[in-house]
Amino acid sequence: MIQLQSATVVVDSPSGPLTLLHPTTLDLGEHRIGIIGANGSGKSTLARLLNGLALPAAGQVLVDGLDVDRDGREVRRRVGFVFTHPDAQLVMPTPLEDVTLSLRRSVPDKAERRRRAREVLDTIGLGDRADVPVHSLSGGQKQLLALAGVLATDPEVVVADEPTTLLDLRNTRSVADRLFGLRQQLVLVTHDLDLARRCERVLVVDAARVVFDGPAADAVDHYVALSDV
Amino acid sequence: MSELLGAYRPGSTLLHRMPVGPKLAVVAAWSIVVVATRGPLFSPVLAALAIGIAIWSGLALRRTLRTMRGFLLLMVLVAAFQTWQRGPEVAVTVVTSLLALLLVGLAFTATTAVDDLLGTVERITSPLRFVGVRPERVALAFALVLRALPAVLEVATQTRDAARARGLERSPRALLVPFAIRVVAHAYATGDALAARGLDD
Repeated sequence: MIQLQSATVVVDSPSGPLTLLHPTTLDLGEHRIGIIGANGSGKSTLARLLNGLALPAAGQVLVDGLDVDRDGREVRRRVGFVFTHPDAQLVMPTPLEDVTLSLRRSVPDKAERRRRAREVLDTIGLGDRADVPVHSLSGGQKQLLALAGVLATDPEVVVADEPTTLLDLRNTRSVADRLFGLRQQLVLVTHDLDLARRCERVLVVDAARVVFDGPAADAVDHYVALSDV
Repeated sequence: MSELLGAYRPGSTLLHRMPVGPKLAVVAAWSIVVVATRGPLFSPVLAALAIGIAIWSGLALRRTLRTMRGFLLLMVLVAAFQTWQRGPEVAVTVVTSLLALLLVGLAFTATTAVDDLLGTVERITSPLRFVGVRPERVALAFALVLRALPAVLEVATQTRDAARARGLERSPRALLVPFAIRVVAHAYATGDALAARGLDD
């Protein structure tokens, strides 16, 4: 269970403190949660709070009772994060090495680390690409690899920040099907309303506030109405 | 170049099977020899030897040459400048020395899995733990440098293309300022990615 208790994000800017997320209180327990909203609305800030990439200036964010600020390392072990740009997330030259990197802290034995990494790559459908240069992968394959790097650590929650924004239709479907097939809780930030409709609960973020929280169909209607104004 | 740097190619050559520590020591020793013995006679011999090592390590010669076009072009310019400034002997020495260093470096990265490199650097630096050095952090920095080189080259290409698209390819400001900003942004993004994977602490 993820809990936000009056969590607020404020950053410094040349014109003074800038609020990226106004005080927000939420209990996120559903298996599939979507976050939608316009560019710059605060969606990504909300997502980044969930594994401590952004820290609250006030209030608290708890994951299974652990504070993201105080227990950051343990929270990040439980909450994996998939970025929009897989290139930023992939830091090693080959898929096998990149996934192996994720396991360095948790699996001391090298052979076991590689075996587990190959297993994850097989599961995600990249087993035959394990040793090719990362740059030779397609956009969809890179995003799947980024997901593999996250899944290797066996997190309880996967937060994905617009993971399909840069992908074509086929790759979008491939990545989305993998995400929605996970056993883990999924928090998905997306502009793709079809993907949002597949979630059990959807938050609409606008002007740094959660302005709607409810079933997917109603949330999408609310977001469309907001965009029409 | 971005296709080459830091790209491990699995194989079974002696270089692949050689333990990383001794291999790293050989590369370091090679670098010292190349610099210490540089000259118009010896440097070309070392460059030829480096070509042999690169081929032996499994680097495909044609592909390597194709992806080294940028570097080779730079070497032509360096050779021309050195010939003009200091004579042909110095030009031959500089170009072949650089080639000898680069090719052996490529052979090292092509035959060494990053995971093995991380483990070795961690072991080598672990005695420094008592003075506050964190071996796992040093090892990660080592590996990230290998990845950063092609990434920075990619950023440079993107920046040049963006400048060209606006007809500003001759403006140093249109190239350097966005390049610097993009490199810093890439560094931040990499830091975020490492933090998200719990590798920052």
